[in-house]
Formats: sequence, C-alpha cells, structure tokens
Amino acid sequence: MLEYFFRRVVTLFFTLVFASIIIFVSLEIIPGDPASYMLGINAQEDTVIALKKELGLDKPKFERYLIWVKGMLIGDFGVSYTYRSPVIEMVGERLWVSLPLAIYALLLSTIIALPVGIFAAANRGKILDFSIMGFTQIGIAIPNFWFAMLLVYLFAIILRWFSAGGFAGWEDGIILGLKSLTLPAIALALPQASILARVMRSSLIDILSEDFMKTARAKGLSFKKALISHGIRNALIPVLTIIGLQFSFLMAGAIIIENVFFLPGLGRLIFQSIAQRDIIVVESVIMLLVFSVVLVTFIVDIAYVIVDPRLRSSIL
Amino acid sequence: MNLIKVNNLNLSIHEKEILKGLSFEGKAGEILGIIGESGSGKSMTANSIIKLLPFGSSVTGEIILQNKNLLETSEEEMCTIRGRDIGFIFQEPMTALNPLKTIGEQVSEVIRIHKKINKFDALNSAATILDRVGLPQTDFPSTRYPFELSGGQRQRVVIAMAIAIKPKLIIADEPSTALDVTTQAKLIKLLKKLVIEDNICLIMITHDLSVIAEMADKIIIMRNGEIVERGKINILKNGLKNDYSKNLLKASNYKSKNLNKKISNQTLLKVDNISRHYSDNSFRFFGEKKVFKAVKNVSFSINYNENVGLVGESGCGKSTITRAILGLDPIINGKIILEGDEIKASNVSKNIRKKLQVVFQDPYGSFNPRHNVLKLISEPLYLEQSQISDYEKLNIVKELLERVGLNAEDHKKFIHEFSGGQRQRIAIARSLILKPKLIILDEAVSALDVSIRAQILDLLVELSESYGLSYLFISHDLSLVKSITSRVLVMKSGQIVESGNTKDIFNSPSHAYTKSLIASSPNLESSLRRLT
Amino acid sequence: MMPLLKNKNLSNLSFSFWVGSICVLFVFLLAIVSFFWTPYDVTSLEISNRFKTPSYNHFLGTDHFGRDILSMIMVGTQTSIAVAMVAVGIGILFGLPLGLIAAAKRGTFFDDLVMRFNDLIFAFPALIIAILITAVLGPGAFNAIIAIGIFNIPVFARVARGAALTQWSKEYILAAQVSGKGTILISIEHIIPNILNLLIVQATIQFSLGILAEAALSYVGLGAQPPIPSLGRMLADSQTMISIAPHMAIFPGLFIVITVLGLNLMGDGLRDYFDPKLKVSNS
Repeated sequence: MLEYFFRRVVTLFFTLVFASIIIFVSLEIIPGDPASYMLGINAQEDTVIALKKELGLDKPKFERYLIWVKGMLIGDFGVSYTYRSPVIEMVGERLWVSLPLAIYALLLSTIIALPVGIFAAANRGKILDFSIMGFTQIGIAIPNFWFAMLLVYLFAIILRWFSAGGFAGWEDGIILGLKSLTLPAIALALPQASILARVMRSSLIDILSEDFMKTARAKGLSFKKALISHGIRNALIPVLTIIGLQFSFLMAGAIIIENVFFLPGLGRLIFQSIAQRDIIVVESVIMLLVFSVVLVTFIVDIAYVIVDPRLRSSIL
Repeated sequence: MNLIKVNNLNLSIHEKEILKGLSFEGKAGEILGIIGESGSGKSMTANSIIKLLPFGSSVTGEIILQNKNLLETSEEEMCTIRGRDIGFIFQEPMTALNPLKTIGEQVSEVIRIHKKINKFDALNSAATILDRVGLPQTDFPSTRYPFELSGGQRQRVVIAMAIAIKPKLIIADEPSTALDVTTQAKLIKLLKKLVIEDNICLIMITHDLSVIAEMADKIIIMRNGEIVERGKINILKNGLKNDYSKNLLKASNYKSKNLNKKISNQTLLKVDNISRHYSDNSFRFFGEKKVFKAVKNVSFSINYNENVGLVGESGCGKSTITRAILGLDPIINGKIILEGDEIKASNVSKNIRKKLQVVFQDPYGSFNPRHNVLKLISEPLYLEQSQISDYEKLNIVKELLERVGLNAEDHKKFIHEFSGGQRQRIAIARSLILKPKLIILDEAVSALDVSIRAQILDLLVELSESYGLSYLFISHDLSLVKSITSRVLVMKSGQIVESGNTKDIFNSPSHAYTKSLIASSPNLESSLRRLT
Repeated sequence: MMPLLKNKNLSNLSFSFWVGSICVLFVFLLAIVSFFWTPYDVTSLEISNRFKTPSYNHFLGTDHFGRDILSMIMVGTQTSIAVAMVAVGIGILFGLPLGLIAAAKRGTFFDDLVMRFNDLIFAFPALIIAILITAVLGPGAFNAIIAIGIFNIPVFARVARGAALTQWSKEYILAAQVSGKGTILISIEHIIPNILNLLIVQATIQFSLGILAEAALSYVGLGAQPPIPSLGRMLADSQTMISIAPHMAIFPGLFIVITVLGLNLMGDGLRDYFDPKLKVSNS
C-alpha cells in the first residue's frame, strides 16, 4: 500500500517535471520576443533591453526555467508581461469560474450516467435499452459547443429562463453563480454523460456474465439484488478510470464552452494571452491545466485502492 | 423416497435442442454421478435444476424436489429455494467468488438471504462453516479476500456457501477439474464426508470417469443431450450395454499398445544442472526484490528413440523447462546440449531448431486463425536452408495430413473449421514436417475429451515408432505419462524429486511427493476393482 | 480489410453498421462532389441575399454575407475529413510501431518508457496540445492536424500494445518462434493481422473524435483559417446571429452530428462483427 502510494507520488512528480519542460521548451521557441512585441516596432533598442531586464528575459533559458518552476512551487507564477500584475491573481480569479464549471459538469455527468447505464444493463436487449443506447450515440456525436448554442437559443432567447451569457460571480451568493454556470455545465456534461453511461452499461454487462454473479444467483439472490450487491461495485472499477479521463476533457471543454457563454474563465485568458504574446501567462495556465489533469489521475489511482482489495495488499 | 425426481426433461435454447427427455432421480445420502464429454449437456442439466438458464431457453418436463415441481415454481419462489434447498458448486474456483468481498461476507450472505439473522451472528456462523470445510479461523480468518487464497481453498469457500444452511440437494459441476490432483483428492474426500454427515443428495457432474468411480453410488452417462447409460456404479465393472459408454470406459482406462521401440543408449538431449529465476523487474522503494526460483539445478537426459515423461503439478516449473529447451528463455546457469550443440536462448541456430519441435496444450491458441492449414503446417519450413517450391510444400503437407489421419484436401481450410482433436492432429503434423529428433509434448492431450485423447495418444505412439522420434511428454496427469513413456521424471517446486523407469516408479515410488501424487490421482482401475 | 471479411458472412453486420455507413457515405460523397461542383461559389458574397432561410434556391439558406450554406458545408466537410483522416494516419504511423515494439519487448525498460511517454501525453488534452502548437506556430489546419495527430499517438500505441500482448501470450506465437522466426517477422506476419480488427475499430473512433476536435479547434479560431470554410468557424460566425438566423447554427452542427454518429455506429457495428462474444452479451 505504502509502496503503491509512493510509486504514484513519484509518477505524479515526474509527469509534472516533464510536462513543465515540454511547455517551457515549446513556448520558448516562439519567434519574436515579448518585450519587443509589447513596445511596438518603433521602440528604442535600450528600452527593449531595459524591459527585458525588468521581466527577467535577459537571463539564460535554463535559469529562467528554474526561476519559473521555483516560483510555481511557492505559488508565485511571475508577473504578466502585458498587465504587469501577478499571474497568480489573474489565474486565480479565472480558475474560480473554470474549475467549478468542470466539477459541476462532472457531477452532472456522473449523477445522470451511472443510473442510466445500470438501468440499461439491467434491461439489456429490451426496447428501453435500445432507446437509451440510441440516445447516448447521438449524445456522443453532438459537439458540446454546438449543443451549448442550441441551449442558449432555446432557454435564453426563446424561453428566457437563463441569461444568454456572462457570469454573475460568487459574491451575490452561490445560487446565482451556479445558475449562470448551469447551461454551460449541461452542455459540457451531455456528451460525457453519454460516454459514461455506455461504459457503465458495458462494464456491468461484462460483470453479469462473470461466474461469481451466477454464484450469487445460486445463493438465492434475485437478479436485481445480485446486480446491486455484487455487480455494481465490480463494474465501477473501469468506470472510475473513465471518470478520471473525463475530467481532463471537461477542463479542456470548459475552455471552449466559455466562448459560447462569454464566461471570464481560463479559456478566454489563454487566448487573449497568446494574442498578446504574454508567454508567462500561457505557460502558467497550461501548467495549471496539466497539473489538474495529473492530479485527478492520481486521485483515481488512489481511489482504486479503496474499491479494490486486490490492489490494497498485493502491492504491499 | 426420492429427494429429487427429474421427469422427461427437455431443454432447447434458441430452438436448438440441448437436452432430450432426461429422467433420473436421487435420494438423500446418495451420490449421483453424471458423466459426459464436452457438449453432452451435463452442465445444462445442472443449470436446468436451479433454473439459471441462458436467455432464450425453454424447458419442458418435471423437476420435482420435495414434492414441488420446480419448473412450475415462480422466479420469486425459486430465489428462496436456491441456496436453501439446493446448493451449487462451480467448476472455476478462481472466478466463482466476488473479488471485492471477504470470504466471511460471502458465506454469511447465504445465511442472511434465507434467515432472519443479524450481520454479526451470520458472520459467526460463517466462521463455523468455513472451519467445517477445512478453513479454520486461525489460518484463514473470514476477513480474507478470495485473491489471498489458492484455487483449492477458494473451492472450499464455494463449498461452504453451498452447505451453509444445509440444503438437502447439492449440485457440483466439475468441482475438481481445475485443480491439481492432490487438491482434488482432498476435495473429493471432503465432499464424501459432507454427504454422509448431512445426509445430502449430491449430484456430481464431471467428464472424469475415474473420479465418479471413486465416489458415486449411481451413474448416468450422457451424450448429445441424452442419457445413454444408467445404473448402480457397479455397472462400470460388469455390464455397460451401450457402445459409446463401453468406449468411454476403455478410453478412460487408456493403455497404449506396447511400446515397441529400441531405445538407443546414445544421448540426444542433455540438460545439465540448469536453473532459472524470475524476478520482479520493477523498481521498488521498499524491501527487496522478490525472486521466484522457477527451476533449481535440474539435470536429465533423453536418449535417441526414447519417450521421457515429466510430471508435476501446476507451477512446478515444467513450462519453464520447455521454454528453456526450446531456447525461448535464457537460463542462469547450466547447459542444454542437443546432439553436441549447446542451446543458448540468445542465438539458436536454424540447424538446432530443425531437430526440435513442440506440440502445445491449447488446440485453439496454437494456430494463427488467419492462416490456412497449408501455411500453418509448413511454417517450420522457414528453417529449411534451401528454397522449397510451393508445389513441393503442398505435397509435403498433403502427405502429412494423411499421415496424421486427416484429409489431404484439408490444407485449404482454416483452423476454426476443425474440432479440438483434429487441431491437435494438425499441430502434430506441423511438428513433424522437419522430421525432428525430439518433440516436446507440453500437456498436448490434456485439453481433449477422453475418447479423443485415446486416439491422439495412439497416433503419437505409432508416429514415435515409425519416425524414430524421442518425446519429452510433459503432463500433470500421471496416468497419461504411464501409458506412453518408458522413463519418468517427477518434478516439484522447481526440482526433480524422483526419476527412473516408469513402471518402477508407479509400482514403488520412493519420494514422499511421488507417493502422494500416485495415491491421490484417481485410479480407475483400482476403483473398478473395489466395485462388486 | 477484405482479408478480415473473408470466411465471414456480411449479413452478420448489424443494422446500426449499415445506418452508420449510409451516413458516412453520404457525407463523404458530398465532400467529394464539392471538389468539382457546389451549388454556389463559396467565395462569392452577395450581401443583398443574406440571412435567407432555407428555400428552393438555397436548400439550407444563406449566411450573413449571403453565401450559400449548403455549399459552405460541402467544402467544410472536406477540411473536417482531411484533418481527421491525416491525424488518424499520424496516430497509426507512430503509435502502432511503438505499441508493437513495446509488446514485443514487454517487461523491459523500453516498454516502460513507451508507457510512461503515453501517460505524459495523456496529461495534455488534445485542445491543450493545439493551444501550445498554435501559440508556437500560429493557427491553421495543418497545426490542427498535428495537434490531433499527436493526441492520437498514445491512443494507438496503447491499443496496439494491449492487443499485441494478448497475441504474444498465445501458443501460436511460440510455435512461430520455434520455427525460427524473429520478433519483427512475427510482428508483421502474425501480430498485425490478428490485431487489425481492433485497430480498425479504434481508427473509426479516433476518426470521429478527430472530426469533433477539428470542429472545436476551428470554432475557437485555432483550425483552418479563412477563406477555407470549416464547420467549426461557420458555427462561431453564427453565434452572435443565432437569434435572427438560427438556421446558420443548426445546419453545420447537424452535419457534424451526422458524420460523427455515422462513424461511431460503423465502429460499433464492426466491433460486434469482429468480436461475436460481445454481440452475444449485448443481446
């Protein structure tokens, strides 16, 4: 158990190190340096040099990498080239939109998908199952941002139940904030819920043909009871992996959906920063996204141990 | 008074007839053996009794258990009958238990389904029951998970669940087939004990006549969904009427025609003091790397024209030796020498390879499903230095196919078009194509039905005589080795514990392990002798 | 694909496979036709004709510049299909050999390295890779291809490795080794043909994911740049006009759905067909 935990921690660590190198190296080869870009074409050479010095761009690349990483470890992401304000503040503000959105969508997707998948598996081969599977096929095929536009059209423009976009903020209460994230979360959740429901169904169907399910029936459990007390927990193991993977899709998806709803999240920040060559912000946001994905994978790995006793001791 | 009476039972699945007009009955305290080869419908008979049948099944007839016709019972009521009145033991102990629940939970669940009892009391009685089947709390606390137990121990847990609330009827579907002989012997003993103590009617379903001969009171022989023979167990000794059952008995008691070979006194293969360890390759933060010693200082030799048997239970290192001789896995010390050339895993010359072929156990996995038989059999010709024309290849393959008892025109077919026995013939043809000196038969007949097995063994004996082959016949089944080898090696935990003339070892084994192996492997002959 | 279908009965292909194939065929045909002919020229603007709802002259209406939406969709699917297809190609080209070698050298350092590399790339969702690449190279269809392609590499490597490992554990591989065949020859002659069906299924899935990813990338402006029409950008353009011209948003989206749905149905149908065991458990 301890061995397993340490192994995961080490993997987490190395993944982050390599990811940070990849991000830093790829962004450092961008043609054009931020200082000249910010000052415009007509800038004096010594002003550029002065600005470079101020931003720390004159130091060797390797040293800058170390400064960047060291800074992130203590929560200092540097200063935005464009706005001259600490990156951590800019990112922190946006994160409070993107992260709740992704988690909201993940919860929605899981809460809808698992019962639907279980229900379909329990009724497999029947019309209900076929129609659920048909719906999920369509759900997977719908681009989430298009679905978002349709939701806006229906609920904001025609029915006027929600506002067409913007974010109410958390200051006026959680309910208002959640309300403005509801349509985006639904749009994000639908395709993921469809995938998850299918995974849940097929995983459970696989389990249903396992020998121990027959053992459970032979003990005198009805089909339903056997399904609940022996089937679902076993079927959840592969589903857990998918839920973990989905979080990364949802974080990425959130970036796109923000565009539809004009949400002030990480997505808009990153596109803006790319346009303004504000490299340090781009680096930090990408690193943050990668970190959240890796962290969720780590949590899923640990969750396995709770679900599966075989892991608990075989990796002692 | 019959406990269970089955009357004219018919089963069809998706319009296909599986069982045809079965009738039989069982009394309390009696063991009823149902024998049949694969496809005989014996497992479906068991499933029909507890009414757990695949989708699309339709059953007619009567299954009367304690004056109640189960076929007219509602599913709801069946749930109260399963587990309470009928216990069930499955073939695959490795998969029959829920991997995520402790053995205590799983046994106590049966009690909690059928009795109003709190969780704590149920766990306590589960502990008592586990103790009864030979899993005492001191060594196997009920908080263990299935993966912490061996196959035999898991099967004891399954038995504990089956007997938990003392049902009158227990159905065991090939309960010992997946287990080693010594484990099997202990389980059979346990089952017999439980039948007597609890006055149970046990329906024992198996393909193995010797197991039945050892324990059953009555016997039913099934074939293609029908009962072809029935009676007291002693009909095995005097009075099988049906030709199929006579054949089955003969095949189960297989004796090869006398080996008519002149064994040379020149050494063909010399295995000299070889060892092989497997270590856990991954990096570890704590503790030492686990090293598993699969083979420890093993030496033996095989002469020209000699059939040598290698016997041992699963995990004893047999397959490691096969792989080492074939040069597929490196050994850490020692030498393997074939006709004066050393076999080194890193670099086995084509010349050495040509002298060495192998037939594997699995008649399904041994062939690339996308190649036709011509391509499959001629694959070893890759080792031939000179180019062989397609026409020549075809002729060689056709001849071989006929030699192993198949049709010359079968070369066009694909492997899925053949039965298990036919596939093993194709595997033998493949191993013969280069006219090798030594063929390793790695459990080559273990997966086959007994009647097919006898035919393949006959073929092997005949081929070894006419081609002057040497065999290394690897098996977990002593009785098979006995029939076609002249010398035998007994292996345990990576070491050869005894070796010598096959007959001598069978008649007077000296090592304790060999003795227990011989004692526990079901012996049809001696069981028959005991019958009156 | 034909050798896979040999000895098998085409009528075993499921209904959903045929529905999917018809959808895919329809979209492909439109894309191919658009190379030679479209109802209107997609570059000609006709402001007087803008925001026309579907009619006989313009089956799917016109956009805010008076361009024919059907013509734009036809040309846009070209981009979608090309991007997704090449990205799948990249995935197979690099992922398959990686997976095969990892399986052949299972348990070694190389295998470990490939798996860790996979995990590393999995930490970057396709969109993040695309953002990185766009930040470096600027937006464009080519960069979208690379981004989606890179994302596909670990997917195919993983599928190929997993499937190949199952094959390597089978005895027919031992038989081939005993016949003196080396790792490379075995991989080509035995492994690839036997994992091909899984790869085909995965390719259709990745193809459909590629279509979705391309749409998303061009929606946020990281994909094909004007004047090349793309479905994603048509949707982005329609967004601010959805209240006055909803048809501008509905039709391009519907086309994406048809393409992706078709590919997924085909993939599912093929999987059931190749693996009858799954089919039984589904029925």
